[in-house]
Amino acid sequence: MLRYTIRRLIQLVGVVLVLSLLLFAWLRALPGGPVSALLGERSTPESREALTKQLGLDQPIFVQYVKFLGRALSGDFGVSTGVQPGDSALDIFLQRFPATIELSALAILIAVAVGIPLGYMAAKRRGGWFDNISVGGSLLGVAVPVFFLAYVLKDVLSSALGLPTEGRQDAINATRVTGFFVLDGVLTQEWDAALNALEHLILPAVALATIPFAVVFRITRAAVLDVLDEDFVRTAESKGLTAPTIRRRHVLRNAMLPVVTTIGLQTGALLAGAVLTEKVFSFAGVGQALAIGFERRDYPVLLLLIIMATIVYVVVNLLVDLSYALIDPRIRTR
Amino acid sequence: MVTPTRKKDRIDSLAGSSADAGVSLAASAWRTLRRSPVFLTGATIISLFVLVSLLSPWLAPHDPSDPMLIDQVVKARNQIPPVQDGHPLGGDLQGRDFFSRLLIGSQQTLIVGVLATLIGLAGGLTLGTLAGAFGGWVDSVVMRLVDVMLSLPSLLLAFSISAMFARPNQYTVIVAVAVVQIPVFARLLRGSMLAQRHSDHVLAATALGVKPGAIVFRHMLPNSLGPVIVQSTLVLATAIIDAAALSFLGLGNPDDRIPEWGQMLGDVQNVFDTHPQLAFWPAGCIIVVALGFTLMGETLREALDPKSRR
Repeated sequence: MLRYTIRRLIQLVGVVLVLSLLLFAWLRALPGGPVSALLGERSTPESREALTKQLGLDQPIFVQYVKFLGRALSGDFGVSTGVQPGDSALDIFLQRFPATIELSALAILIAVAVGIPLGYMAAKRRGGWFDNISVGGSLLGVAVPVFFLAYVLKDVLSSALGLPTEGRQDAINATRVTGFFVLDGVLTQEWDAALNALEHLILPAVALATIPFAVVFRITRAAVLDVLDEDFVRTAESKGLTAPTIRRRHVLRNAMLPVVTTIGLQTGALLAGAVLTEKVFSFAGVGQALAIGFERRDYPVLLLLIIMATIVYVVVNLLVDLSYALIDPRIRTR
Repeated sequence: MVTPTRKKDRIDSLAGSSADAGVSLAASAWRTLRRSPVFLTGATIISLFVLVSLLSPWLAPHDPSDPMLIDQVVKARNQIPPVQDGHPLGGDLQGRDFFSRLLIGSQQTLIVGVLATLIGLAGGLTLGTLAGAFGGWVDSVVMRLVDVMLSLPSLLLAFSISAMFARPNQYTVIVAVAVVQIPVFARLLRGSMLAQRHSDHVLAATALGVKPGAIVFRHMLPNSLGPVIVQSTLVLATAIIDAAALSFLGLGNPDDRIPEWGQMLGDVQNVFDTHPQLAFWPAGCIIVVALGFTLMGETLREALDPKSRR
């Protein structure tokens, strides 16, 4: 187990190095390069040359890359040019990351809380109207562009439910502890602040949840169908176990492995979906920073955030693999 | 729990797949699909979509880039041309006939979907075949490359590729949407090729002295086509939706004289609350077409995979 974890972590370092080199080369290959990106339209030849020297861009690319890595190791990823001009890219990431974690966590929670029971019930009533409707609904969920759904929720549902549609929290006096607004409210026992932050999370999280929901539902349904056919379920039935016991101990437990894998793989889609939903709801997370970064071509911020997204994605999937051992004892003893 | 008929079906299909997979599996898949209402719904939607997009230059009553109703656009009062005689859906923000734009848009949408899928397929086919057919260090190099691509969330990769281009246009959108599909196709083909490398029919062909190239193209590739066709159908749906997301982030084609549905939807984000119809029509079209491709793909997957038949 430990050796496996270490090997995967070393692979991750390799992926991040290759990716950062590619992104770095991309940054350099841009028309005009970072100098134009930094100075914009108002540059004179002298100022361009000065900045080129100052940034060390007159040196060979590998020298530049090694220097970049050196700076990166000390936490210096450059300065934002478009998202929050003047701020350091790392600060922007650290400031916004908790917001996206809160949003994605709630989205996954919604997807799992609705998707697993629904998938189980659909499998039990395979071929019936309940099954057909929920399968149809999950296919429709895949076909709807997330940002369109987000706008529909924002413009139609928000007024009906009285939920806020902009930002992470109203301008109220809330104490900041961790940067997770809901958690902060709970820790400081400022309940209204926690509730307010939670209300701001609901609509974007519901929109975002449609991505993992469709997949969680369908994988659960397929996995439960597989397990229901197994001999041990028939044995459990014939020895007279109650339905809830069979469901919990025999069906769901065995069906969960593929579902957990799927949840891990969905974090990637979730990160990309966060770019779209956070933009619609002006939600100050990493996704919004990426959306603005793409729009204003803020390369230092894009570079850092894309690398971070990759690391998060790979680490989550590693954790998922490790969690197999908890679900399936057969893997533990191997 | 297992009824005899189902068990029989399963054995039949398994036998069919190992004997002469190509013909009998395809034939049995077609028998299933022909009677599947879900598949037929999807196929009808897609046939209509393709027909409309091919005929759209003749179906569209007006030039989609002609601002013929511009005098009815009042910027100050946020007014756009209403529904009227000859303009069944009114006009858009630039006073162009909205119905014609939707019709012509179907053509561009089809082009984006098909080209993106073909490019992704061609790239994945090349990499996957190389890796799976030759194995060894070729496999290692190709698959590490694929792994790096897969370690980035795919839509995020599409966003990043688009941002590489200083001036996005229709083709940069297609390339961005296509490139992210390459690793998926590559993995799919490699797996299938690897599984066949030591199978009996390849061994027999090798023993008969068939050239390696002929083995790969005549014996291995045709056997891998099933999952590739399924994946292509599903990618057609994702490509259209992803293209819309690119436009929404300002990474799409800024030239809207010849419209595309994703672009039409992404471009109206600022007027969503005042003129929702400008978003609802292209969104509705995208949803219906994406659903059509998905229905076809999912039923194809079930029909072509002997194991998923239950």
